Amino acid sequence: MKPTATPLSALQGIGRRSVAQLEQSWALLSFVGETASVFAASVTRPSRWRWRQVLFNIRSAGVDALPIVGLLSFLLGVVVAYQGADQLRQYGANIFVADLVGVSMLREFAPLITAIIIAGRSGSAYAAQIGTMAVTEEIDALRTLGIAPLELLVLPKVMALVIALPLLTVFADVLGVFGGMLMARSQLGIGYTEFLDRFVKAVSVTTFFVGLAKAPVFAAIIAIVGCFQGLRTRGGADSVGRQTTRAVVQSIFLVIVADALFSVAFSALDL
Amino acid sequence: MSDATAVPETVIELRGVTTRFGNHVVHDGLDLEVQRGEIFALVGGSGSGKSTLLREMILLHRPDAGEIRVLGNTLRDLSDDAARALRKRWGVMFQHGGLFGALTVKENIGLPLREHTDLTDAQIDAIADAKLALAGLEPEVGAQMPSELSGGMMKRASLARALALDPELLFLDEPTAGLDPISAGGVDELVRKLRDQFGLTIVMITHDLDLLWQVADRVGVLGHGKVQGVGSMAELSRMTNADIQPYFAGPRARGAQGSATSKPR
Repeated sequence: MKPTATPLSALQGIGRRSVAQLEQSWALLSFVGETASVFAASVTRPSRWRWRQVLFNIRSAGVDALPIVGLLSFLLGVVVAYQGADQLRQYGANIFVADLVGVSMLREFAPLITAIIIAGRSGSAYAAQIGTMAVTEEIDALRTLGIAPLELLVLPKVMALVIALPLLTVFADVLGVFGGMLMARSQLGIGYTEFLDRFVKAVSVTTFFVGLAKAPVFAAIIAIVGCFQGLRTRGGADSVGRQTTRAVVQSIFLVIVADALFSVAFSALDL
Repeated sequence: MSDATAVPETVIELRGVTTRFGNHVVHDGLDLEVQRGEIFALVGGSGSGKSTLLREMILLHRPDAGEIRVLGNTLRDLSDDAARALRKRWGVMFQHGGLFGALTVKENIGLPLREHTDLTDAQIDAIADAKLALAGLEPEVGAQMPSELSGGMMKRASLARALALDPELLFLDEPTAGLDPISAGGVDELVRKLRDQFGLTIVMITHDLDLLWQVADRVGVLGHGKVQGVGSMAELSRMTNADIQPYFAGPRARGAQGSATSKPR
């Protein structure tokens, strides 16, 4: 892959980038397959599960992220209610702010903002950690000690995030609605009891679960892309930075694509 | 297994190994044998594929063609369980140590034991201490993190971990690179001691002429995708091959040769 002396034509450039992109997509797909097969193999042997690693990752990706996830979703709830307040007031439909905040937060915003924060926070950390281990020959050392890197490094992270992200999403739901509730009172004069009365009527359990169901998928995307990019690190320290950036960009991209697909699927299912 | 050292027995056998990276051919039908109980050194210019060859022997890279047999196992058609069993029988010391940065030195040494044995923590601790001492490190080093170690200590700690499971076969990647002459001299001695006391078969990659002259029983010179010559340094010095001669020409080579011949082993 040495650059040739003459500059590439536009067409050549597009061709090369497409080939590289295809190669990477293919590698990602086979990595997903490998992870799934390691997971399937370990399901039958719970004694080999790395519980310590899973718990450690739940703490670092879940518990430690509570403040930032809480703050941002609270602010998001405030913004949604504030922006909606003007419009609703014009029609005298003040009480519908509960519908607006409830449905948009639970269904879309909370799962998405949580996934994006975690992609930036944990996806990058996974890529950097594994990438550094690849550069310092630690991954090779693991293999030669007969420890599969997928089993020790990737699987616990995926499992931890699949557990932690839904929980974080519920937390974001609560804080987001709380933010909306505060705004409803100060901007539209709707009391907390009034807001919650309407909220319970307007937001169905389905809405809550539709939002929550996305979280494990987002979690798997973030963890797998982060680990995948980390394991693809070759060469020196600069490569770790590059792979980390890639991990974040790709996982946020894929999370949003997955969210769009969910929307299509849910509307087809009339949920 | 100690009586096996008397009879020459092939521990590693490479037949027609071919490796390509894209269009670049690194190994072109390479053949090589390593006997039990010997210290075998692989040398060659940069890009001659020494490291790749080592990675192929320890199941980190798969050659494009050819066959590699290690300890009687053909690496190509090894099941996952067989590979796991085989990996317990060799130890690898990486060039940069490859120690796990999140664990202390002692935890690093104990890790293979924790993974592959049912020993209690106290037993693992005792073994780790013994290996630490064997590799020539002070007991206090065990509690340190890898990032606190000097280059020489890092290599010794890595060696201690490689020895944790009492392997039959030891792979050393550049054991003296980046060390000061005194530390490097210590490594020379250590490598010889391991072979003499434990009957280990040792395969190493090195550029260190002193190590080659003082320690290696046989040396294989890689060049142009093949093994250009195999033999003791004295035998190699009589060969006229263009890939081999640079190791014996020049003031540094003559210096190492002089000190080796004047100081009998």
